[in-house]
Amino acid sequence: VAAGFLMSGGGGNDVQWCFSQVKGAIDDDVAEADIISTVEFNHSGELLATGDKGGRVVIFQQEIENKSQQQCRSEYNVYSTFQSHEPEFDYLKSLEIEEKINKIRWLPQKNAAQFLLSTNDKTIKLWKISERDKRPEGYNLKEEDGRYRDAATITTLQVPVFRPMDLMVEASPRRVFANGHTYHINSISVNSDNETYLSADDLRINMWHLEITDRSFNIVDIKPANMEELTEVITAAEFHPHQCNTFVYSSSKGTIRLCDMRASALCDKHSKLFEEPEDPSNRSFFSEIISSISDVKFSHNGRYMMTRDYLSVKIWDLNMENRPVETYQVHEYLRSKLCSLYENDCIFDKFECCWNGNDSVVMTGSYNNFFRMLDRSQRRDVTLEASRESCKPRQVLKPRRVCAGGKRKKDEISVDSLDFNKKILHTAWHPQENIIAVATTNNLYIFQEKVN
Amino acid sequence: MQDAVVSPEKTEEAKLKARYPHLGTKPGGSDLLRKRLQKGQKYFDSGDYNMAKAKMKNKQLPTAAAEKTEITGDHIPTPQDLPQRKQSLVASKLAV
Repeated sequence: VAAGFLMSGGGGNDVQWCFSQVKGAIDDDVAEADIISTVEFNHSGELLATGDKGGRVVIFQQEIENKSQQQCRSEYNVYSTFQSHEPEFDYLKSLEIEEKINKIRWLPQKNAAQFLLSTNDKTIKLWKISERDKRPEGYNLKEEDGRYRDAATITTLQVPVFRPMDLMVEASPRRVFANGHTYHINSISVNSDNETYLSADDLRINMWHLEITDRSFNIVDIKPANMEELTEVITAAEFHPHQCNTFVYSSSKGTIRLCDMRASALCDKHSKLFEEPEDPSNRSFFSEIISSISDVKFSHNGRYMMTRDYLSVKIWDLNMENRPVETYQVHEYLRSKLCSLYENDCIFDKFECCWNGNDSVVMTGSYNNFFRMLDRSQRRDVTLEASRESCKPRQVLKPRRVCAGGKRKKDEISVDSLDFNKKILHTAWHPQENIIAVATTNNLYIFQEKVN
Repeated sequence: MQDAVVSPEKTEEAKLKARYPHLGTKPGGSDLLRKRLQKGQKYFDSGDYNMAKAKMKNKQLPTAAAEKTEITGDHIPTPQDLPQRKQSLVASKLAV
């Protein structure tokens, strides 16, 4: 299914976003298994995958209505769903292994089938999703239902032929990459060489070959000899989109290290260290916690990377290590609520971020089911809400405003009224079009650019 | 731009220290990281459990503390205390 149209420049604030679809149960009583834990478009944007805490993957396929129109609407409908991971118990280590899908990453399409990697805390799996739309009919020795025919009744010979059947989409696990990680896997990233991928846990990063499951290369190891000396952990990692030798990993201390695998087999020594200097007089108990990077993403053009920490989004130029080129406040009003956010553990929430197709706009989630669109080219930002209240077909989303203090204007919501249980941690942007997928706790919202 | 006023972050820090005066001197450091690395740890020694079961018969077996997330070897959970990890047989509600 071809994408319908090219994106009309910008994507941030000259774009009006409207409701397209919402998936998931309406009731407020959320089962833990239904909590969405990852959302990812494939490389063409035709497929959209979600993973949840119950270890299940649901894949939606884009169907375009009315291809004849220049600007057409599309819909995402269920294409395939399967149980990717099961809960396990490691008896040797007395460790309970959650089935929650931490990340899904698609492989670029090479043939008729689609492939994706899904991972929980310990095991990565390669899944093949293939279509079957015809089946052989007219066997000589078997009836259509499979029973063998009495040989004496066979008097003629026929050639079996393929006849069309109702489309069946099958998901099968092709590889299981187990026992590579002592700590909890937070990231996986497919290399541009289409042969290898990396997986990162709190202290180590491994590189795997997609065909080989019984061994992997350790490329980063930050485990100290004495665990008492542990000061930082790896929080995210990603391969460069074009340079197969380059990857980055972020830390709980707010630093990003860029590594070049050509330099040495073990990349403990970084090629570049990205860190914004901090004013020591501003340092507080919370400084390190809120500087912890929860997500790192390269831009599509490979020249920039974006990091998300608790309160902000930063854009880094890969050629400049000493500070980001752009910093955007996501929800600065939370700075005066850090005490309660620490007490209710929200300060440890890991928000993700994403780029639009031409790297001009970035998006990230917040609380109260708010999400933020940050337009780099126009230097403007908008706060939108994923809510069942704005679910009329093609309803345009109204910008939301939070009142940090003082007199609350009409249509503003005060910081104390925000629902901190409604977090948008996972969002994804179609690689070419202005279509976004926003995950609330257990619902998936799809918004599209308003078409006239 | 730095104001002459105390930063909101420092005000929040003061609030936290007032509530928890024994809060670690090493903020965001080893304790938090170690807690993160130990996620999922449950202690169950089948040997101890079976020995205790054999000895005590009718007596109450040592049970885990009510706070099941507490990481300590002192508390011996029984198999009944460990939450049942069943396979997810229900389809995702997103796929309806």
